[in-house]
Amino acid sequence: MSTKQKIGWAIALVVVLIWSLFPVLSILMNSFKPASEFAGGGTLVPKTFTLENYEMIFTGGARDLFLPALRNSIGITLIATAVAVVLATLCAYAIARLDFPGKRIILITALAVSMFPVVSIVTPLFNVWRQIGLYDTWLGLILPYLSLTLPISIWTLAAFFQQIPWDLERAAQVDGATSFQAFRKVIVPLAAPGVFTTAIIAFFIAWNDFVFGIGLTSTGAARPVPAALAFFTGASQFEDPAGAISAAAIVVTIPVVILVLAFQRQIVAGLTQGAVKG
Amino acid sequence: MASITMNNIVKKYDDGFPAVNDVSIDVADGEFLILVGPSGCGKSTLLRMVVGLEDITSGDLLIDGQRVNEKEPRQRNLSMVFQNYALYPFLTVYENIAFPLRLAKGKFSDQEIDQKVRVASDLLDLNDHLERKPGNLSGGQRQRVAMGRAIVRDADAFLFDEPLSNLDAKLRGQMRTEIAQLQRRLGITSIYVTHDQTEAMTLGDRVAVLKKGRLQQIASPRELYEQPANLFVAGFIGAPSMNFLPARRDGDVFHTPIGDIPVPEHAQGKLDKSGDLLILGVRPEHFADAKDVQDSPWASRGATFDAELTHTEWLGNQQYGYVRYEQDQDVKAKLDELAKDLDADEMPAQVVVELDASSRIRGGSQATLWVNTRKMHVFDPESGINLTRDEEAGAELTREANEERKAEIERLKTQDV
Repeated sequence: MSTKQKIGWAIALVVVLIWSLFPVLSILMNSFKPASEFAGGGTLVPKTFTLENYEMIFTGGARDLFLPALRNSIGITLIATAVAVVLATLCAYAIARLDFPGKRIILITALAVSMFPVVSIVTPLFNVWRQIGLYDTWLGLILPYLSLTLPISIWTLAAFFQQIPWDLERAAQVDGATSFQAFRKVIVPLAAPGVFTTAIIAFFIAWNDFVFGIGLTSTGAARPVPAALAFFTGASQFEDPAGAISAAAIVVTIPVVILVLAFQRQIVAGLTQGAVKG
Repeated sequence: MASITMNNIVKKYDDGFPAVNDVSIDVADGEFLILVGPSGCGKSTLLRMVVGLEDITSGDLLIDGQRVNEKEPRQRNLSMVFQNYALYPFLTVYENIAFPLRLAKGKFSDQEIDQKVRVASDLLDLNDHLERKPGNLSGGQRQRVAMGRAIVRDADAFLFDEPLSNLDAKLRGQMRTEIAQLQRRLGITSIYVTHDQTEAMTLGDRVAVLKKGRLQQIASPRELYEQPANLFVAGFIGAPSMNFLPARRDGDVFHTPIGDIPVPEHAQGKLDKSGDLLILGVRPEHFADAKDVQDSPWASRGATFDAELTHTEWLGNQQYGYVRYEQDQDVKAKLDELAKDLDADEMPAQVVVELDASSRIRGGSQATLWVNTRKMHVFDPESGINLTRDEEAGAELTREANEERKAEIERLKTQDV
């Protein structure tokens, strides 16, 4: 790359960073503003710096709304992610390795399901869930989340499995492994980066969902954070809850940031190098 | 140690295409057998059927007399070296070699595993690399790790699937020698798949030549070279390959595009069943500059003809001359078909002759060339069968090779002690 190109890329990078990080910065700043600053005008940087919004959602008035929601979000998302990853791993492995009738149909159906607008399913699902008693339960959210996370997980993992040289598995079988041992001892370690990436994508999808969260819950028994934010109210009718909402938004963003930083290395899938001639 | 017997092995894919068709091969205990052929001849498929990675459509596969058709790969106790090495990238070299031992749960203690891995790494010169990951090794080192993983387990036989094709030419020669010595020293039955005929000729006790899933000939390298069964084997074995000349027989004379050649003694009486049109096969080294042989007793054992050389190639130790001729349209189709089977486009209408390195014949000049007719083969253009093949002489060559092998194994055994 020439110096000119480098400068061009640097500028593009800065623009993209500002474009995507400015809203986050704005929310972060809002979360430190007292309620009085939201009325009319206001500045980006708070005039008076306060932690009262955080106090409110953890110990104050919004506590009973936020804490159960946080618990629901973490629990439901983790379970949905784990189930999705396990199912998708097995499914994608079969798709990548076996030749069976209906393989294409599975892939296309998965794609079609992920294309389906979520809003159009919520209402019928609401009725069904109420009939069979899944309304406002964890399971009632985990199931629709699986329908969101499974298709993308299957597609990502199938692509990943296809990259793993089949000879490695054959070598393991010749070395004395059963099919399952070959899968567990050779394919799973090789697929780990792909599985991590998939898990993180699935986690984000479930974590960020709003439509199912608000449509299929009614109380703190299963309501996740994004839905709970909509129920925040100010100290009085005339006060904007923007500060508390911002604080809650920052709190729920933290796990996402931590996840990405922690698994950054695993996400970079350079592990198959050296398996074959390379 | 084990013998491997293939009886009428057939592999048919779902579309009915027979990748391997009715192949029967007997591999003796301790023998080094090569499966060779152009791409798509079914050699790798056959190997994968032996190791159990492909189902056998019909026929029997016996290891030490036991039918193993339905057995899983892990139950066959064979070890295999893959073309791309198939090393486990997340394990160190040490753990890669130890992998088969660790799979046999409870069979080996950690101490035994360590000892076995050390023996293998000593043998393969891998001691400095045991803690490294395969990704950081060179091609030759990876190849050796793959071999280590194969020998660490006391397998009944080694199977090699084009193990050297990913290495550069120099390293390939070196690894070839190492594999040959290792096999002899361990005295273990081996089947080796390759498309490289140098590997086939140098490594094998016997070589099985396959074409389109069918076994063409199985014999010692010398027999394949000197007494090929048909046009395909004759063209496949040897580099530069055998020259094929169209010839019309008229009594005791072959009329060929490069001149008339008398029918040699060993061919007389064997050609009567075929038509007049025949294909002569002469290896480049059975030509010479007529001047070089005129005073020797060789002169009477061949025929001379005049030709114009289009160009020559001087390689230091030898020299090749090229003679163009008008292709006979009646055999052109047959020869082009043969060329396709041999992975080439068409059979060039030229004769390659090996000249002495000091020969002053140059391209564009007229020369009188001599051909050793005693070493000439005559093929039937329709069936491709070698009409002049001497079965007894061929069998004798293979028998000799077999004895040499036994003597060498014996010699290496006594050396070890």
